[in-house]
Amino acid sequence: MKVKLKVKRAGPDGPSGYSSYEIDAAESVTLLDALIQVREYEDGTLALRCSCRSAICGSCSMRVDGRARLACRAKVIAITGGDENHELTVEPMGNMPVIKDLINDMELFWQKMRSVDPYLKPEGVEPEGEYRVPNETMLDLTHAMNCIMCGACVSDCTVLEVDKNFTAPAALAKAYRVVADPRDGHSHERLQKLSEYSGIWDCTRCNMCVEVCPKGVAPMNRILQLREMAIEEGIGGNSGVRHTNIFTKSITDGGRLNEIWMVPGSVGMFNVPRLMKEMPGALKMLRAGKLPFEQLIPPGAPGSAKMKGMDRVRNVIRKSASLKAPKPVVEE
Amino acid sequence: MAELKYAFWPGCVSKGAAPELYVSTNLVAKALGIELVELDTATCTGAGVIQEQNPEMADALNARTFALAQQLGLPLMNICSTCQGIESMVQDKLTKRPDYLEKVNAILADEGLKYTPGLAIKNFLWVLVEDFGLDRLKKMVKRPLSGVRVGPFYGCYILRPSQILGKEEFPERDTYLEQVIEAVGATVVDYEGAKKCCGFPILTVNRENSLKQTGNHIHEAQDLGADALVSPCPLCHLNLDAQQPAAKQVTKHDIELPILHLPQMIGLALGIDSKELRLNHHVVSTKKLMDKLTAPVAR
Repeated sequence: MKVKLKVKRAGPDGPSGYSSYEIDAAESVTLLDALIQVREYEDGTLALRCSCRSAICGSCSMRVDGRARLACRAKVIAITGGDENHELTVEPMGNMPVIKDLINDMELFWQKMRSVDPYLKPEGVEPEGEYRVPNETMLDLTHAMNCIMCGACVSDCTVLEVDKNFTAPAALAKAYRVVADPRDGHSHERLQKLSEYSGIWDCTRCNMCVEVCPKGVAPMNRILQLREMAIEEGIGGNSGVRHTNIFTKSITDGGRLNEIWMVPGSVGMFNVPRLMKEMPGALKMLRAGKLPFEQLIPPGAPGSAKMKGMDRVRNVIRKSASLKAPKPVVEE
Repeated sequence: MAELKYAFWPGCVSKGAAPELYVSTNLVAKALGIELVELDTATCTGAGVIQEQNPEMADALNARTFALAQQLGLPLMNICSTCQGIESMVQDKLTKRPDYLEKVNAILADEGLKYTPGLAIKNFLWVLVEDFGLDRLKKMVKRPLSGVRVGPFYGCYILRPSQILGKEEFPERDTYLEQVIEAVGATVVDYEGAKKCCGFPILTVNRENSLKQTGNHIHEAQDLGADALVSPCPLCHLNLDAQQPAAKQVTKHDIELPILHLPQMIGLALGIDSKELRLNHHVVSTKKLMDKLTAPVAR
């Protein structure tokens, strides 16, 4: 099978364009095999990082046709669909500086990982025997524990693209792994810290990390679990919690979203400086005929906008509480 | 050709801050001969926000919407990428966990409803390509948007996670917007932001990040010569259009790009009057775009 590659090149002085290669390889070839073949037989100056070749070490993440992947796990044929004229564009990961060609400087990744104290910190009297953890809890943690720290999620995170302070998916998934482990004794403080600016509430829920993670960690889903835990722990006082509260209240009250009250309900009713920032936009929407006047009364107040048949909707909402799984019990 | 008929979930935004989407959807559906039966007692999908504190409540409400469609014996159509993603996620969960579904159905039984897995749930974009057909659409185009350069903007939840969005059965779903743009005679602007996040979900949490996201995508597309963006998601529209002046301020990019709802673009190509499609109800003016569409409507 013919394999065409267009590889982004870069050195200490920055990017230096793309190099194109064409090789013959077996149909089973992975992108990593192909790149190693290029390096060994076509161009010894091509730099890439790899080790295990089995999706365990997490060294060979790179972007292929604009999306982060583990090169060792990416079958060429699966991406090209067997089209030998499909030239694969291979680039280093995004959001992190490049050292050379396909090798990223991972310092940003590790810095974020360290910032969440990614290890268990038990508290209280040590048990005489082992720490006992319910099976269900460990099963739930396996997603997060699957992380091989390859950096694919950090590479393609859409928030990190505009804000390098964001804690980003990998470290937040790791944070879930320790927060949700009953052996850790600092869950509450951890959740408090994670609820601050640049933490769990700054994720846009774009699903990019879920899509690119090669190990099923689904970091965004772990972030959502952290949000749920933070709310359960009563950690509020931020726009994220207020937003989900006013949103849920709006649906419980009227069935559909009251958009007008989302902003004051989220940023805080008395947060005048922040509300003032929204005023010009609100006026423009008003002028365009986009402000739904029937939503002027806040959710929950007498006369607020309601869908028809709300009694039936409320019945479903009330009874949905019975769907919650019981918390696993720690054996003594 | 078989008649197309759907249970129609309009979503919250088309009934709120984007009424132009509701109006244009109904006009275009009528022009295409697609019958829509509106689900006027269905609730919000939760948009992933209710799910942050109460996933079970959102599951039950979405299952109820599915059951309402099944009661009519019709597939479900939505006009919002976020609705699509959430509905597909809930559907996936209910299909994979029959014991959980049974409990959900026990709640729905109070009003004589039941959800049985297998309901077709499709955004208007998917309906257009998979059920209606682009060849059929091309034949109905009366005012080709030739010479107009349009950038696609999908909205995250109609693309990701791809495994639960029918990637196996419909592998080309991540190219549909481009296909539709071409079908109506416009030119596709290929830019990186097309499949990224508009930033809307964090507008109230981190305004600056949200506006940077939206401003950067608009700037990129405009730099590549786009005359407009088109989106199947009204939440994206809210950030890309209504917040565009604010995004301009935050990013300092010199941006001014009209944002079309997908049905509006189709409607223009079908020869429907721009005012009827409510193109004058956007924050960013669509006038320059309309001036470009000088071709008279073919009879």
